[in-house]
Amino acid sequence: MPQPIVSTNDFVVKFANVNGSGSASANELFAKCVLRKGVPVGTRNIFPSNIQGLPTWYEVRVSGKGWLGRRGGVDFMAAMNPQTWDKDVASIDPGGYLFYDSTKPLPPSKFREDINVIGMPLTEISNRTYTEARQRQLFKNIMYVGALSSLMGIEPEVAEGAIAAQFRGKDKLIAPNVQAFRLGFDYAKEHLAGACGLKVEKADGVGNRIFIAGNDAAALGCVYGGATFAAWYPITPSTSLAEAFNAHCRKLRVDPETKQNKFAIVQAEDEIAAIGMVIGAGWNGARSFTATSGPGISLMQEFFGLAYYAEIPAVIFDIQRGSPSTGMPTRTQQSDLLLCAYASHGDTKHVMLFPKDPTEAFAFAALSFDLADRLQTPIFVMLDLDIGMNDWLCDPLTWDDNRRYDRGKVMTAEELEAGKVFGRYLDVDGDAIPYRTLPGTHPTKGAYFTRGSSHDRFAKYSEEGAVYVDNMQRLLRKFDTAKTLVPQPVRGTAKEPTRYGAIYYGSTTIAMDEALAALEADGIHLDTLRLRGFPFSEEVSAFIDAHDQVFVIEQNRDAQLQKLLVNECAIDPARFISILHYDGTPITARFITGAIAERMTLALRKHAAE
Amino acid sequence: MTYIVKPKLRHPGLPTNKLGFTHRDYEGSISTLCAGCGHDSISAALIQACFELDIEPHRVAKMSGIGCSSKTPDYLLGNSHGFNAVHGRMPSVLTGANLANRDLIYLGVSGDGDSASIGLGQFAHCVRRGINMVYICENNGVYGLTKGQFSATADRGSRSKAGGFNSDSPIDLVSLALLLGASFVARSFSGDRRQLVPLLKAAISHTGSAVIDVISPCVQFNNHAGSTKSFDYVREHNEAVNRLDFITPRETISVDYEPGTVETVTQHDGSVLKLAKLHADYDPHDRIAAMRYLQERHAAGEVVTGLLFIDPEPQDIHANLNTVKTPLTRLDETALCPGAAPLEKINLSYRA
Repeated sequence: MPQPIVSTNDFVVKFANVNGSGSASANELFAKCVLRKGVPVGTRNIFPSNIQGLPTWYEVRVSGKGWLGRRGGVDFMAAMNPQTWDKDVASIDPGGYLFYDSTKPLPPSKFREDINVIGMPLTEISNRTYTEARQRQLFKNIMYVGALSSLMGIEPEVAEGAIAAQFRGKDKLIAPNVQAFRLGFDYAKEHLAGACGLKVEKADGVGNRIFIAGNDAAALGCVYGGATFAAWYPITPSTSLAEAFNAHCRKLRVDPETKQNKFAIVQAEDEIAAIGMVIGAGWNGARSFTATSGPGISLMQEFFGLAYYAEIPAVIFDIQRGSPSTGMPTRTQQSDLLLCAYASHGDTKHVMLFPKDPTEAFAFAALSFDLADRLQTPIFVMLDLDIGMNDWLCDPLTWDDNRRYDRGKVMTAEELEAGKVFGRYLDVDGDAIPYRTLPGTHPTKGAYFTRGSSHDRFAKYSEEGAVYVDNMQRLLRKFDTAKTLVPQPVRGTAKEPTRYGAIYYGSTTIAMDEALAALEADGIHLDTLRLRGFPFSEEVSAFIDAHDQVFVIEQNRDAQLQKLLVNECAIDPARFISILHYDGTPITARFITGAIAERMTLALRKHAAE
Repeated sequence: MTYIVKPKLRHPGLPTNKLGFTHRDYEGSISTLCAGCGHDSISAALIQACFELDIEPHRVAKMSGIGCSSKTPDYLLGNSHGFNAVHGRMPSVLTGANLANRDLIYLGVSGDGDSASIGLGQFAHCVRRGINMVYICENNGVYGLTKGQFSATADRGSRSKAGGFNSDSPIDLVSLALLLGASFVARSFSGDRRQLVPLLKAAISHTGSAVIDVISPCVQFNNHAGSTKSFDYVREHNEAVNRLDFITPRETISVDYEPGTVETVTQHDGSVLKLAKLHADYDPHDRIAAMRYLQERHAAGEVVTGLLFIDPEPQDIHANLNTVKTPLTRLDETALCPGAAPLEKINLSYRA
């Protein structure tokens, strides 16, 4: 028997449950209790594409140091699902803890010698206390939160505060939940004292940070960014973005006098109709978006080409999930990068933004509408399930009241009246962005016909080769302009000079930060570049040029970001070393550290041999 | 005649409407469709309807998909913005445009391939949402631009020009529109401008989903013996149910034939149309009776035309969604952005 793991403010708790059993809010309550102790947590909901009866897990990484990516490994398993018992028990780190419902005795073969088993007759206590089946189930969940709190040193007052906050507005539920918590807490205090070496100690690591899911934050960004129209079709993991937009609009966008809505949301018949509506609204000048995932992006392809070629603003949130095909709908990946970069038939290129967490999802969501109006083209905000659907502890959202929306180049009736030349696809400013007029602007001037067929500078239909090429070249120049407008990459410089670099983006960042610290402690130094937008700015090529080898860390099988870098920056693929994680779970710092250390050792050995 | 540039000269004696616009102000580019195409007659009817209704041309948004019919918005209302979207998806683009700016008049111009085949789903959902629009299907039962394949509105048993036989059941957009809750449903014939213009005027003035199926023979690919969308066939089987008494606040539009009579119209190609008109007892306010009547006449091989159903008090999508009166597209940051102070409170609500 290895030594029991003893750790304060640094461990991983995993809850194994059956979905639809009400465990989600109980597990969240545990995470909030830890946060209320001032200790940062990273939480991951691992759930099936199903409503009731299948296995679901909730991981809470407790990290006083503030490392909030998935760590990998399990120190404490609350095994509440007989279906997955064997795997769950097997996944515990040696010296770790197994917490289970001991109402029915289990044969010794169901346990392990090298872990610490903590049994509690949850069902028995629950059945004794409650008569209704639903109550028995729900309060059993709260009871184990009580037990864990007792085992780990979380005071009942902390939990009571969290329960009161969780059930605010449904006040009748507070007292029974507190009672259930106490049942579990008191049992553990009496029978299980000293059974667990994992402790939560009061700290000051949370500050004013908020605990929010990326889809929720992005939806708020849409409200702040001035989106008035959304069309969407339900698809995991994007649905909660559209629903959050609806919820936020009902609070923030209803005219207080007339009680009428300063927004419109349509649940479309499919993703094709959703993007069609968004493009129709964008054509008419309203800031519009859709939220979808890979399968929806596949369906929308034809419309993306239209919006690119006819130059219509649109914002698309792609909450990426396990692909291809239906893939793993409830798992995370960064595997739509190439699909979005070159979406639709023919020569197209699209602007993409890469938020790293919910705070940036808010900021980039708001920014995307400025970019769509300025560049008159679709903007893809590339989120993933990990950011979108998990609650992240992150910086508070900020807004500058002096900020004005950039509505781009829209020619007004006054300008038309004054005789300003209007050519819908005419580059008058040298940035390759033409002016547009909105329908209904002027009785006799500025009308034009929008079409996906080839057109000249004045929007007239033309099949002339030279006219077509002229327009396609301008679109390329417009893409160059986009390089200067998308968020620039964030550069990190190693403590010691190095010929090795690392490029990554999005949800990988949080694991990357931790991996870099670990590598540095081992004497492995890397300069880093976190990408935040596409097209890539000149700084990206310069960074790669400045290093002999560049690791590209991403969450897909085919090294899509690396391919995009090779393609767009015209760089020899041999300069890159791919670190790929694509099993559907969020990438971990342990994985990155291991993979980079291994390759660095190989490279250094090879270098020494030469 | 597409090589001819339309002359800009204007005869000083051209009649003007209440806004001082002449007929010419409602025209567009010269049509590139085949000579004698039914679609051009529909464009002419639309131009006349807009002129007579004193509509400011720039208050109209012309939306279309892909196909011969979808090209036609370019041939009318040159001072209106137009949007030639992707095949079969005009309804979604129109829906979004309408929600963004409720102040414009939306003309959705489509064809039978666009509406009944690739775009049947979007047609259906657009209608059931109650979008304030005039949806015109220029229906010739055939794919003209790709040279004569059957469309989904072609009747079972019709023969293509190349000799093909259609064994599939037809989709009747009028029946569908009734079923899906359109608040204005009509059918007409491109060769019958006297019926079509008042219908269009009534549809434009209607504040809900108005669907007009206009049978529009394709002179190249679907105007032969064996086609049920030919001039001859429609002429022989047209069963018009009513005269449209369309009244604006300013005037009454009268038609020059009486209930129960037969109207004879000579077309520009010399063909003569005899259209049986009007069943005086037809009630255009009874959706269920309209559906039954359509099915009965269809079984008898007749093509029913006229105003089939109208809901005098339609409720459109803006009413359903309770949107503000100001078009969404005109709201600025003062109306839309909650600002920094509320965000502080929002942040607090996300603290653990």
